[in-house]
Amino acid sequence: MKALLTSFGSGILFALGLGISGMTRPVKVIGFLDFFGAWDASLAFVMLGAIAVYFVAYRWSRKMPSPLLAPDFSLPKRSDLDARLILGAAIFGAGWGLGGFCPGPALTSLASGALPVFIFVIAMGIGMYLHTWMTELGATTSSLAISPARSAQDA
Amino acid sequence: MHNFTPFASLFGGMLIGLSASAMLLLDGKIAGISGILAGVLKPLRGDTLWRICFLGGLLVGGLLLRILLPGAFDFGIIRPLPLLTIAGLLVGFGTRLGSGCTSGHGVCGISRLSPRSLVATATFIFTGALVVYLINHLMGVSL
Repeated sequence: MKALLTSFGSGILFALGLGISGMTRPVKVIGFLDFFGAWDASLAFVMLGAIAVYFVAYRWSRKMPSPLLAPDFSLPKRSDLDARLILGAAIFGAGWGLGGFCPGPALTSLASGALPVFIFVIAMGIGMYLHTWMTELGATTSSLAISPARSAQDA
Repeated sequence: MHNFTPFASLFGGMLIGLSASAMLLLDGKIAGISGILAGVLKPLRGDTLWRICFLGGLLVGGLLLRILLPGAFDFGIIRPLPLLTIAGLLVGFGTRLGSGCTSGHGVCGISRLSPRSLVATATFIFTGALVVYLINHLMGVSL
């Protein structure tokens, strides 16, 4: 129960952080990605702030036998680079630059009630299902293996 | 450089870091939004409720922003709906294929010095910049 409350509270805090930092505004995101235009470096500061805090928390967590409210840590373990990782990140980046939304800000912005955000989020969900579907298709035909099923490797 | 907001962005980023830290130190989970959402769309027994709670928190946080900081939803640029639809498809598919997005790779992964996340983050910033360059400068559209 406490663990679920933590998830809920963290979700609220995450959304507030996104809103305060400017991540919910595509004009800021696209401004950050526009290196050859009127570059807006703000989002580099978002990453800096988030990484500075999480870097310390992660070091701390390494000394803990288990998290405070759960039996164990579930962290990604892979360190190999593969084509799926790079191709996936490249496709995600293209969509990010095209729309100006990544998943967290898009979901948070549903609260604005704006129709374009709903359309983006629905398309994003379909994109995720499309990946699952192609994965399963690949698993059954084994000639078109795209990606293994979702696993603990997810970042 | 206009619209530059280093202090608000740094502070907001620290809140994001705090949220992700709470998920790690208390629940032992990575706060990667695309992964959390994907786990709800394709639920596994015993691994879904915490995801729903987190996403519910995001929405409640969004409603709080709407009241306390309405400027957060002053989007500034909204691409035409056909482009937004393609963008959503790419973001959904790409984050699954690449196992993460800005939060999972860009914040959590980089902080853990994960080579996969460092490469993924460099890649998505590069292709994002490439697409913005194509649209804003080559096509000369300010959509």
